[in-house]
Amino acid sequence: MTDAADVNALSFEKALAELETIVAKLEGGNVPLEESIALYARGEALKARCDALLKDAEARVEKITLGADGRPTGIQPLDGE
Amino acid sequence: MPDSLAESPVSNAADWTVSELSGALKRTVEDSFGHVRVRGEISGYRGPHSSGHAYFSLKDQNARLDAVVWKGNFGRLKLRPEEGLEVVAIGRITTFPGKSSYQIVIEQLEFAGAGAIMAMLEERKRRLGAEGLFAPERKRRPPFLPRVIGVVTSPTGAVIRDILHRLNDRFPRHVLVWPVRVQGDTCGAEVSAAIRGFNALAPGGPIPRPDVLIVARGGGSLEDLLGFSEESVVRAAAESSIPLISAVGHETDVTLIDFAADLRAPTPTAAAEMAVPVRADLLAEVAGLHARLRACFARGSERRRTDLRALARLLPSADAVLAVPRQRLDLAGQRLPRALKANAGAHRLGLTRVEGRLTPQLLAVALARRRERAGDLAARLPRGLTANTARHRLRLTRDESRLRLIAQALRDRRERGRDRLDTLFTRLQRCRRQQAAERAGRLDAVAKLLTALSYKGVLARGYALVRDASGAPVHAAAGIGAGDALEIEFRDGRVAVTATGAGPEAPPSPARPGRKPAKTRPAPLPEPPRQPTLFDS
Repeated sequence: MTDAADVNALSFEKALAELETIVAKLEGGNVPLEESIALYARGEALKARCDALLKDAEARVEKITLGADGRPTGIQPLDGE
Repeated sequence: MPDSLAESPVSNAADWTVSELSGALKRTVEDSFGHVRVRGEISGYRGPHSSGHAYFSLKDQNARLDAVVWKGNFGRLKLRPEEGLEVVAIGRITTFPGKSSYQIVIEQLEFAGAGAIMAMLEERKRRLGAEGLFAPERKRRPPFLPRVIGVVTSPTGAVIRDILHRLNDRFPRHVLVWPVRVQGDTCGAEVSAAIRGFNALAPGGPIPRPDVLIVARGGGSLEDLLGFSEESVVRAAAESSIPLISAVGHETDVTLIDFAADLRAPTPTAAAEMAVPVRADLLAEVAGLHARLRACFARGSERRRTDLRALARLLPSADAVLAVPRQRLDLAGQRLPRALKANAGAHRLGLTRVEGRLTPQLLAVALARRRERAGDLAARLPRGLTANTARHRLRLTRDESRLRLIAQALRDRRERGRDRLDTLFTRLQRCRRQQAAERAGRLDAVAKLLTALSYKGVLARGYALVRDASGAPVHAAAGIGAGDALEIEFRDGRVAVTATGAGPEAPPSPARPGRKPAKTRPAPLPEPPRQPTLFDS
């Protein structure tokens, strides 16, 4: 269950939803000890995944450059005029 | 006077040639109508001619005007001619002397007011809607947090700035702008090419493929926005595999791309809001969840630790738990060697007892007993065989004599049977002969009686029998008419006669005259009483 690769493939929305589920489960208080440890570890991983996705908030604005045939040839920074 | 009338009237006006008149008309018309705006409905349009020129006509309720767009002008038209479209045509009127006709040479076409544009859009919307391009089930939800956002708009101007500004406020992202002209003739083609171009980017290629597209333009006149209602744009938006948000014009403006898009934003800023969530909110939410996660895990651990401590206190000491078993162990340990020794002693005693009795003599006694028994049986064997044979022979002799007696008895019985059969046969013969003689006698007597009673006997005594033509006996004169054919039978034969006179009248009571009473049965002789015959039985 606590598979790092699996967590890192999750979208933000899915990771957040699962984190919410885990918190609700633990708050219910009926989870056996072993399972609660596994849940906690996964919760931490999900939180890290969400943080990473949120931290990746670099604004990059580029313009597609077009060739003579109208096909994109590359990108260049948009000179914000 | 007739003479003067017959002469053609002479005028001082000069005669026109046709060419002169046509040329004069052409000049007049072209001078007067060198620049006109004429409003009408396009009629008879079937695309440009193979020469590149387009010929059609403009019409209203009462009149029709031939129109031509020269090849060089066709590409510059802001509005492509469409059959039935209400337009204002700008151009000049020329005449065509060769055909005595006039026409308008169109330089530019415009929509004839907003009503005409709305009518065209409405018709196009109905047609594309019928293909299912606007169906709600085609709509997809854009991703919650896109990595790359593709924007199709002008790279300059307020729209892209508004979008970037709002994106940075909410969640800075990687934005790719596909520059297009957002008005003018090429607008539609560029926008549809941009949508298709973004979709054609391969995932993981040198240019990252967007997760969501925004097609945006600020407000403008109905005609300015027309490019976003072109069929190619609507189709590109509907076919886009990347979810597409449209934000063209103000909220009240209607463009057809809005119907084909997955989401419609009222403004470019709103499109940016639809494309990304607010990062700060999400950070707070994640932090909150994380805090709850830690808190409740810590709480769970603490509760368990407390429980553990409480239980540990209740646990009795190991010495107390083990004291009793240990005492039992010690006791048992002490008794073990003694018990072992006692057990071994008991077994040895038993062994000694048995050991004394196990000698070779024990075996010899058993052998001698068996040998003796075998000898005994061998001695009895021939005697037994002889006795058995004798017993069988005796039984055989007995059976033989009994069979002989039975055979004698059977012979006697056969003799007796044969004698009895002979006697019975003789008696049967006698009986049969006697019975046959009896029957012959009886037949004879009956035959004699029959002859005596027959009417033939009466005939023999000299009487005669009369019959009518049908052969039935006649027993009265009444009923016989003159000329009736009759037949008389005597003892020795029959004679045919004819009655020469009629018989007396028939009594009135019977049926009609001329017919014999039907009820009177011809009975010349009473039937002899029936006697039993041989054949009665």
